[in-house]
Amino acid sequence: MELFLQTLVAGTLIGGLYAIIGIGMTLIMGVMGIINLAHGQILMVAMYITWVLWQYLGIDPYIGIIVAVPVVFYLGEGITKYLLHPLMEKDSIIPENQVLMTVGIGMVLVELVRSIFSSDYRSVQTSYTESIWRIGHISLSVPMVIAFVVALLLTLGLFLLLIRTDLGRSIRATAQDKDAAILMGVSAEKITILTFGIGSALTAAAGSLFLPIYYLYPDLGPIFTVKAFVITILGGLGSTVGAIAGGLVLGIAETFGATYISMGYRDAVGLVIFLLVLIFFPGGLKRLTKI
Amino acid sequence: MMAKKSTKDTALVSKKEWMIILGLVVLPFVFNFSTYVQGLLVIMMIWVMLGTSWNLLAGYTGLVSFGHAAYFGIGAYTGGLLFFHFHISPWWGLLLGGPAAVILGYLLGIMVFRLRGPYFALGTLASAEILRIVFGEEEWLTNGHNGILYITTWTTKYPYYFIGLVLALGSIFTVKAVMRAKAGYYFLSIREDEDAAQALGIDTMKYKNISTVLSTFWAGTAGAFYMIYMGFIDPEVVFALHNISIITILVGIIGGVGTIWGPALGAAVMVFVQEFFRSAFFGLAPSWVSRLHALAFGLLVIFVILYLAGGIVGDWDIIRKALRFKRKTEIAE
Amino acid sequence: MSILKVENLVKNFGGLMAVDHISFDINEGEIFGLIGPNGSGKTTTFNLINHYYPVSGGKIYFKGQDITDKKTFEIARLGIGRTFQVVKPLRRLTVEDNVMAAAFAREQSFAGARAVAKEMISFCRLDKWSEAIAGGLPIAGRKRLEIARALATRPSLLLLDETAAGLNPSELDEAIEIIINIRGKLGITIIIVEHIMKVIMSISDRIHAIAHGATIAEGKPEEVAKNPTVIEAYLGSDYNVENYLNA
Repeated sequence: MELFLQTLVAGTLIGGLYAIIGIGMTLIMGVMGIINLAHGQILMVAMYITWVLWQYLGIDPYIGIIVAVPVVFYLGEGITKYLLHPLMEKDSIIPENQVLMTVGIGMVLVELVRSIFSSDYRSVQTSYTESIWRIGHISLSVPMVIAFVVALLLTLGLFLLLIRTDLGRSIRATAQDKDAAILMGVSAEKITILTFGIGSALTAAAGSLFLPIYYLYPDLGPIFTVKAFVITILGGLGSTVGAIAGGLVLGIAETFGATYISMGYRDAVGLVIFLLVLIFFPGGLKRLTKI
Repeated sequence: MMAKKSTKDTALVSKKEWMIILGLVVLPFVFNFSTYVQGLLVIMMIWVMLGTSWNLLAGYTGLVSFGHAAYFGIGAYTGGLLFFHFHISPWWGLLLGGPAAVILGYLLGIMVFRLRGPYFALGTLASAEILRIVFGEEEWLTNGHNGILYITTWTTKYPYYFIGLVLALGSIFTVKAVMRAKAGYYFLSIREDEDAAQALGIDTMKYKNISTVLSTFWAGTAGAFYMIYMGFIDPEVVFALHNISIITILVGIIGGVGTIWGPALGAAVMVFVQEFFRSAFFGLAPSWVSRLHALAFGLLVIFVILYLAGGIVGDWDIIRKALRFKRKTEIAE
Repeated sequence: MSILKVENLVKNFGGLMAVDHISFDINEGEIFGLIGPNGSGKTTTFNLINHYYPVSGGKIYFKGQDITDKKTFEIARLGIGRTFQVVKPLRRLTVEDNVMAAAFAREQSFAGARAVAKEMISFCRLDKWSEAIAGGLPIAGRKRLEIARALATRPSLLLLDETAAGLNPSELDEAIEIIINIRGKLGITIIIVEHIMKVIMSISDRIHAIAHGATIAEGKPEEVAKNPTVIEAYLGSDYNVENYLNA
């Protein structure tokens, strides 16, 4: 029972981080109608920015977020503006042209980082990296709890943006029905660029928050890209609430898989759930909540 | 499509193609390649097979697979497992790897053919990733991450080059033959509009399966050949998401999706660009350039997608015009 | 002789009755017009006949055989061809390749398929566009390509969905001629959905009018044109179909 609770708590905490990665992806998928196969690579870039700040300037990762998030936001905007948006009008045999472009972008990001920092594993050792809070018999990793709380705050902030502001309404409208939104006078290009920026910024925040917990290396990205689309499909495409649920489900399922099946199958759990949802339950959790 | 018109009534292997084949056959006799370069040529043949196989499914049938590593890996492990468990020569894999991949392709097809567009892409990607993890974990079956080791038959590379060449040409002309027949027209119909295809009386499920059978056969055969040539496989290599599935796609994109020779050219370009950088422009540039080989290939991919959506073969007219324009301006100056 | 018989056809989309107990019986060699205001369920009826959607109720018989649950491609093989209101050409292929892809439904050989394709292309007066890429055709060409493709599958019944929409007067006359020839020269029975009254009134043997998914009238064109319910459904009560015809 203790093991069960411990697993559940650990899964929920990591699920919170997965949720903001997933929200970032689901916004992009909803608004642009493409899967972004560079999502995890963008997270990896954010981690390196945070790591550099810590390594060379001694800036704490939690403060480094303040730098990494805007930088990656503009990186995301630039990628959309100069590389993805120009493909919209181009005719190509494979409709997944933009998806393939994200593959190329992901590859360039990884190789760029590798050529600067080599393939070595990096990590950040802070005073709180190893610290643990105990509640009864359950132990909570402090950086995980902090990450969870920050992820929660970011999610709340994003919801305020999406629900309360005109900009947010435009984004939601575009995600639900792009053609209708354009007819209503929404500039699709502007919204697309902004959405990719916000999506990248969210995953960047997750990256910075992961840094005190994870190792860092250039090839880290694909793991998180795969997680991001698992969450997105799980939650239902374009649904932010669904992405939160999807993130939590994935976090918990993975942790249980690692505890009760085997550590090696941790990443397979999400993929199997993903395939099952994709095939037998298209629409994901969104269909249950209708949000 | 432009090229097809002219080949319609002609022989399966055109004059130009005979020249290319002849060139590839005499190539090792003309040049005194180092063992390293010979090895590159063999690897190139494997990429030709993979790219061509992917192109049949994605470029001609519109089923954009992001998980071709699944079939490559199964092909490689067919021979590998026969050797590991029964000490049968992995050469049998060359016969059985293709069929094994076909069976896998059919089984996965039952699942992923219900999916369209990006969902199909994600479904295939996830399938290959699951196989990678399972083959790494189930040590009793696959020897896990230790992989399977086999002492290769020949130490010289040329036998592998010629076998690879035959197989690569086999894959290319399979595609060419199919695309001139009824099945080819049906593949294209499915790619362009699946609903319209059904209204024309095309059993789209059946023809998707036929395309998959042909595609997976060559992907599996490529994997089996890789096993025989390298003498070592492990799940992280043969089921790799980036290094197999993604690179296969990029080979197709660079050369030209939906063209017969595009993937073959794409494979050659990929191997050449990477080696050009890895050797620091054949030793002319400072050695740090060699670290940029993968980066250079990534940038090339971005360039091609942005400016040559049809790939080098598909957009050959554009490239030619651009080159001709340049030459003219030079003369004018 | 009945070629297509539809009995109490029903289609529900969620709560919406798109097709509400429609029945009709079409004789071999007939040109049968299906009319109704926008959204009245004409295209949905086509989509049910060729099983693009499964029916919610009712039966469809083709030459006496129950085809209600057959798949789209099987129905096409049996001999029901159709065109799409929103044309669906194989965009990157030439016109000839488009029609060839369809011709393979009956022909196994390359040469045979090409011969059929050539025949249908000239039948639909597409010769000058034969080598053009289908995606680049003007609307009149694309509409006729739809017909040529459907004909190349050698149907005995052809469903034409708004093949005259968007055409200019001279193109319209040509389209009418082609449609009349389809029956006259190829002996194919036709069901036609059309908004342009001039077309449907002049070529149909019988007309079936629907509104809100339900039948409101059936009969000869002149009878249906005078039917008060039809007039009201189309134009409101104080209007006359004759005016609409001449407009």
